[in-house]
Amino acid sequence: MSSRDEILSMIRENRPAFSPLPEIPVFIHEKPLAEWFTETLTGIGGKVVHLKDTGEVETRIQQQHGGVINTTDLSAAAKYRHATAQELEAVDTVIVPGIIAVAENAAVWVNEKDMINRLLPFICRQLIIIVQLTDLVPDMHSAYKKIRIDEAGFGVFIAGPSKTADIEQSLVIGAHGPLAMEVWFVGE
Amino acid sequence: MSTLPVSHSKAAEAFLADKPYVSWHDETLWFVRSKRDKAARSVPEWETLRELASAVKAHTLSRLDEYLVQFESNAKKNGIHVHWANDAAEHNSIITEILRSHNVQKVVKSKSMLTEECGLNPYLAERGISVIDTDLGEYIVQLRNEHPSHIVLPAIHLKKEAVSDTFHEHLHTEKNNNDPVYLTRSARTVLRNHFITADAAITGVNFAVAETGGFVICTNEGNADMGAHASKLHIACMGFEKIIPRAEDLGIFLRLLARSATGQPVTTYSSHFHRPAPGQELHLVLVNNGRARQLGRPEFRNSLKCIRCAACFNTCPVYRRSGGHSYHNAVAGPIGAILAPNLDMKNNADLPFASTLCGSCTNVCPVKINIHEQLWSWRQVLMKEGYGGKAKEAAMKTMAAVLSKPGLFVRTANTARKLMRAVPWLFNNKLNPWYRQREMPSAPAQSFKTWYKKNRNEQQG
Amino acid sequence: MRVGLFIPCYVDQFYPQVAIATMELLEKLGCEVVYPAAQTCCGQPMANSGFESYAAGCNANFIKQFRGFDYVVCPSGSCVLHVKEHLHDADESTASVIRNTVYELTEFLTDILKVEQLNASFPFKVGLHVSCHGQRMLHLASMSERMLPPFSKALSLLHKVAGIELIDPVRADECCGFGGTFCVTEEAVSVAMGQSRVEEHAANDVEYITGGDMSCLMHLEGILKRQRSNIKVIHLAQILNAQ
Repeated sequence: MSSRDEILSMIRENRPAFSPLPEIPVFIHEKPLAEWFTETLTGIGGKVVHLKDTGEVETRIQQQHGGVINTTDLSAAAKYRHATAQELEAVDTVIVPGIIAVAENAAVWVNEKDMINRLLPFICRQLIIIVQLTDLVPDMHSAYKKIRIDEAGFGVFIAGPSKTADIEQSLVIGAHGPLAMEVWFVGE
Repeated sequence: MSTLPVSHSKAAEAFLADKPYVSWHDETLWFVRSKRDKAARSVPEWETLRELASAVKAHTLSRLDEYLVQFESNAKKNGIHVHWANDAAEHNSIITEILRSHNVQKVVKSKSMLTEECGLNPYLAERGISVIDTDLGEYIVQLRNEHPSHIVLPAIHLKKEAVSDTFHEHLHTEKNNNDPVYLTRSARTVLRNHFITADAAITGVNFAVAETGGFVICTNEGNADMGAHASKLHIACMGFEKIIPRAEDLGIFLRLLARSATGQPVTTYSSHFHRPAPGQELHLVLVNNGRARQLGRPEFRNSLKCIRCAACFNTCPVYRRSGGHSYHNAVAGPIGAILAPNLDMKNNADLPFASTLCGSCTNVCPVKINIHEQLWSWRQVLMKEGYGGKAKEAAMKTMAAVLSKPGLFVRTANTARKLMRAVPWLFNNKLNPWYRQREMPSAPAQSFKTWYKKNRNEQQG
Repeated sequence: MRVGLFIPCYVDQFYPQVAIATMELLEKLGCEVVYPAAQTCCGQPMANSGFESYAAGCNANFIKQFRGFDYVVCPSGSCVLHVKEHLHDADESTASVIRNTVYELTEFLTDILKVEQLNASFPFKVGLHVSCHGQRMLHLASMSERMLPPFSKALSLLHKVAGIELIDPVRADECCGFGGTFCVTEEAVSVAMGQSRVEEHAANDVEYITGGDMSCLMHLEGILKRQRSNIKVIHLAQILNAQ
């Protein structure tokens, strides 16, 4: 018998009596979402910027220093689709669109389709995610209702810059991923 | 003949020799527990989430074979190569085969307690494949040739001075520069180079979703993503109990995991892998290694609900004062003490006794595993199987005999108490472990029984 | 109301004053209290060591001693918990009655007698040590790990005592490290845990450490005495019975 079949037959023999799968209720939250998100992201070392419209976004992008890869401009960013880690290692800033932002934990869902290359949001020194203010939801349950996790081959909730506290529980912002992270909300 | 590992109590005694160090260790972990409390308090539905998480896991265990088959089928459709390993040896050999077929020389690995459990690193090293642990804590302990002492904070037993010395020796950082930012940045530079030059990445898995055939990895450092996305080959390893039925179940678990683990609202990255990147190969190894046996033990099967948050470590007053290495098992702490006997009863018979059964572990557990009750139950099983030793059995038999005969009990107890009054040195000596650091209670002239006879029975006539 | 007084074996031998206080307190509150003199032990030391299977004789004696009371009351959460969870016998119906009518002292006072007033006075600075079995398993108080409304049966009673000044330690419900046979099999950890508790209470400058389980207090007392500390331990029953 293959290991697969052996494992499955042992599990079948040993599994407990049926236990029902619970429905997940809707939780009601009182806090205003934008303030809640900002409070959370600030608490984990990120920064929130509010921009009125695409015009303001454009201006702000122009103000970024160093090398920028902006995947909201698909045609310009397409050349990085097959770029290797060696080629991307030196990139300063990456700008990607986010699909859903979650107030309770400041996580933003980013899809492979929008990041062009899976490495981009991780290998850069600064990550900027642009999200429509209308795509802000209170909690993870509402977020999972709005996204399809297998829509692309890869998707990720990103909450703040990379960090570690592995040395004496001292929080260090900037571990292997970005050293800084901003969420730009667009809309009023 | 195999020798038993140093027992928890002996290792703990050695750990406790340096009092200021133990105080620091205790305070550091208590700080994590406090952060967890604060994070949990900020979620009004916290206790409901724990109920839900526990119920989802209970349901999954009751249909585990079906969900694994569903997951396998969906994962294959997604282009993931799925492997099944019955034990640690098979897990290691499957991975070696995959690596060899790609001529891999160097692997970057993000945190996976399963690969620790299976002893993958030494196995690969013996076969000429070098493995770099990329989680900062794991990297530190790897450089020191140690094991992680904590499943979430692998180097929590080390002070920054020790980390600085290790980095100075291996990475040539400035001597005595103990600044955590400096040390972290130094490791970042070295590990970046490993990420971009490695031939393959190995990762763990936090959750695998049956209905979509994908899996989720949670990290703060971004090391799992750096490794997985930079390599042409990604191998993910998971104990089969990591499976959950639906994508929406992730909402429950991700809300609980990081808050329970470190008090963060969520880990920086919750990465959902469904298909390999263009030009990449993605493998997943599903591992049993005793889990199916544990599933068949009704009093212990709930331990398979564990999501490895380590909240039970941080709250455990014994763990905080004995350190992770005293548990001589890949997973330490209270949860380790109920998982380890399933892997090897003889070697781990001491672990369920490394607890006061205070129950704090059960209370912090985000999936409501009855840890302290399982510790108690393991004690019964281990003694029944004869792992307590003849001397302990004999002592317990004598105690049972005395306590079931009231007359004998009174005579024995009164004699002992009178001896304590007459010849205290018989008790107050080094052979009595109570007396080593504590005074014996003072023995009163009369017991309550005697008092009662004089003061109540007489009145009642 | 006929109450069977269940006194832990080590209290009978080493702390008769705790048993006397419990008895007097219950009598003051109008109970008819009987102490079945042939009681020995609940069997917890064996069970927690992994030898529950040896406890049959002990259980049979316990049932023989405590059958027929309206309630069985004990000044120890730990012993009560053991009886509630593990008292079984060939005579299972009697065992079940006892399992359901056995009460730890403070819960008996608050939940059954519904005590509103205590004629007690204890003008000292006191730190409460919360014992794990009573708190986390008998739910005599809310727990710092759980996100539920706070309450404490012991504190609600202590607040009725005149003159008492209660000071909470920072880690309000951390285990003292007694743990039954743990206190000798894991002596080093046990003592380190006890020393931490003592340290916190000492920093609060208390005169007494009190609690609902004499076993924890015996362990803390051993440490205090070795340190030649002036802090004394006293069982809750003694404070609630103090005039």
